[in-house]
Amino acid sequence: MGAPLRSRAIAGSEGAATRRGGSRLVLFPAAIFALLVGPVAAGLLGAALPAFGYLPVIGAERLSLAPFEALFAMPGIWRSSLISLAAGLGTTFVAFLIVAAFIAGWHGTRLFRRLARLVSPLLAVPHAAAAFGLAFLIAPSGLLLRAVSPWPSGFERPPDWLIVHDTAGLAMMAGLIVKEIPFLFLMALAALPQAEAVPRLKAARALGYGRMAGFAFAVLPALYRQLRLPVFAVIAYASSVVDVALILGPTLPAPLAVRILEWQADPDLSLRSVAAAGALLQLAVTGAAILLWLALERLLAGLAMAAMAAGWRFRADEPLRCLAAAAMGLAVFLVLAGIAALALWSVAGLWTFPNLLPAGFTLSAWSRLGEALAVPLANALLIAALSSALAVALALGALEYEVRAGVTPTVRALVALYLPLLVPQIAFLFGLDILFIALRLDGRLVAVVLSHLVFVFPYVLLSLADPWRAFDPRYRQMATGLGRSADAFFWRVRLPMLARPVLTAAAIGFAVSIALYLPTILIGAGRWPTVTTEAVALSAGGDPRAIGATALLQALLPFIGFALAGLLPALLFRRRAAMRAVA
Amino acid sequence: MNEASGKGLHLDRVVIGLAGRELLALDRSIAPGKVLTVMGPSGSGKSTLLAFLAGFLDPAFTATGRVLVDGEDVTDLPAQERHMGLLFQDPLLFPHLSVGGNLLFGLDPALPGRHARRKAVEAALAEVGMEGFFDRDPATLSGGQKARIALLRTLLSRPRALLLDEPFSKLDAGMKDQVRALVFAEAAKRELPVLLVTHDPLDAEAAGGPLVDLAAGKAT
Repeated sequence: MGAPLRSRAIAGSEGAATRRGGSRLVLFPAAIFALLVGPVAAGLLGAALPAFGYLPVIGAERLSLAPFEALFAMPGIWRSSLISLAAGLGTTFVAFLIVAAFIAGWHGTRLFRRLARLVSPLLAVPHAAAAFGLAFLIAPSGLLLRAVSPWPSGFERPPDWLIVHDTAGLAMMAGLIVKEIPFLFLMALAALPQAEAVPRLKAARALGYGRMAGFAFAVLPALYRQLRLPVFAVIAYASSVVDVALILGPTLPAPLAVRILEWQADPDLSLRSVAAAGALLQLAVTGAAILLWLALERLLAGLAMAAMAAGWRFRADEPLRCLAAAAMGLAVFLVLAGIAALALWSVAGLWTFPNLLPAGFTLSAWSRLGEALAVPLANALLIAALSSALAVALALGALEYEVRAGVTPTVRALVALYLPLLVPQIAFLFGLDILFIALRLDGRLVAVVLSHLVFVFPYVLLSLADPWRAFDPRYRQMATGLGRSADAFFWRVRLPMLARPVLTAAAIGFAVSIALYLPTILIGAGRWPTVTTEAVALSAGGDPRAIGATALLQALLPFIGFALAGLLPALLFRRRAAMRAVA
Repeated sequence: MNEASGKGLHLDRVVIGLAGRELLALDRSIAPGKVLTVMGPSGSGKSTLLAFLAGFLDPAFTATGRVLVDGEDVTDLPAQERHMGLLFQDPLLFPHLSVGGNLLFGLDPALPGRHARRKAVEAALAEVGMEGFFDRDPATLSGGQKARIALLRTLLSRPRALLLDEPFSKLDAGMKDQVRALVFAEAAKRELPVLLVTHDPLDAEAAGGPLVDLAAGKAT
């Protein structure tokens, strides 16, 4: 995953003489702006109208506050909102704390490099698969308790504990935390060089600061500035997540986003306007979570300033460092072991508690599901291939425009890029669905792909932007001096030379699309089942073999994309040594 | 001094400024096959001058004056129609193409036909003593070989002038003389006017032509 967009002057921009070439390409940033801001704005408007009583489908055409009255009369609505708020803040705080503490304690060590290598692929594991894996580990009949039963725990049968679906949402938060840690960690890794981590840390340690304190005082402020938008994206995601909530979250009452989805899908159409009001409430809850986070930022910064002013050096940070490494290691372990648990269950024969391994192995779950999963698999691949290909094409056009016209990305562009990640999905997808219904596009492939594109594109551009901007501008100048047009240079030089990052960006987009649940189910109107929607649907059933097989398949799909992205350039450029080295 | 209608590269009262401050002023002619050396410390505007001549001047700079090649005013032409051959510190060979592919990318498109084009490239390789290098991976070449291929790629595009941006500074001492001699010899043979930007006095000496020192603010 790439670093956040930065305002970086483009060295040797190509000036007036080639400005003409940029004029056609201006359509790309315009289209992208429309693509990112359009659906969010239209979706929020589409939710706001029914929320205030305008929903012609059910004959409601007068403005009123009735939907909100109905919403606030729903049982447990405040508890639902509170769970969502707590999940947003709690997930982000714990995940950020672990990532920051681990980087602070171990940056530059061998352990750090090893774990970094292990963490990167975890980003590609879909949330749902990770959540199922975690459930298979921590449930009362899960692998962790089996490992200590019957000795030393004394359990002969699974205890009657409510771990998964616990009412406080702790299991859900745990599932979110283990998945957000890789995201924040990789975002931080990309930002570390800009934060001048190495020299600053050296300077701080030379002044007698402990490793972690030196990092917190000297590096973290600069690092955090670049992590802010990704952190906000985590808050927005965790406070409005649906798939992880369905798999691990509380049910009575469920988090707000899950309830909105239930109202939206209810055959009683009058609940649509309640769902719309709920979408706006979700927006407020996520907004409140971000505001509270801002207050927390202030508080922590103030405490750090006070500690620094007092001259504290925190030299004895060894226990804390070990704790940070343990927490990071545990998070990685839970995802990896969870996937192993999925794999085990998918081929398990009879498997009674408290046996750590099944009595026998069988492929019956796979053969039983083989046929049922064919269409969802094909759908998932089709939607992911189309949306990631479109996203790459748009990103290439926009970046090429940027280079040719010599424009630098602005703060406005940066916020637009993050907008679909900062606004809770359910808040605008719900309204967008109403819009698509009005346009008779709901349930069509084009609508599903477009809704995926909104979420796929930001990640694709973020990953592609840095290698694109780092490309030596002298190549272009030299080629132009040879009399070659900008287009010829793009197709024959820049694109092939950047084949590896382009394919990696495509694989990232592919992985994002595979994992998307809400847009698929909402905009697809149930007509485009994918492995992800099938897996989440199975969570209500309780057939662990079917869940194991489906979720494992979901977890493996993104890696096909990454494998191809690694293999293709190696094949294409097998006789070019420098192309193998260029990352 | 100002033979605007004659052969060669003419910098006609060129003044480049940044933020209202004059960076450099130059009024010079370079005859075909001759070299004008421009020296100066970093920040003196050497590279900016080359960017202006090649058509890549950053919009942050202001420039007045005209650039003429063999009497034709190219000041307002887009960069790809100026045919100013550029050579940089690094050879900048395309790593995804073979040596031959790099040269074909440079070869003047006026020469048609796959076969004829390959023949032309192979002949050019033979000329610099690199016969049979067509299918080689550029990453496997020595520094001197890379420099020669970079020069060849530029020459094959039939440039009307050569703009050299410290092209010898990264070569080791032995190679430097050899490549330098080759570049100047080829330029002389093809009657190309050359503008050389450098901070190495030995480059200036080898070029043998007039020298402009931007630091001193005056020409010698």
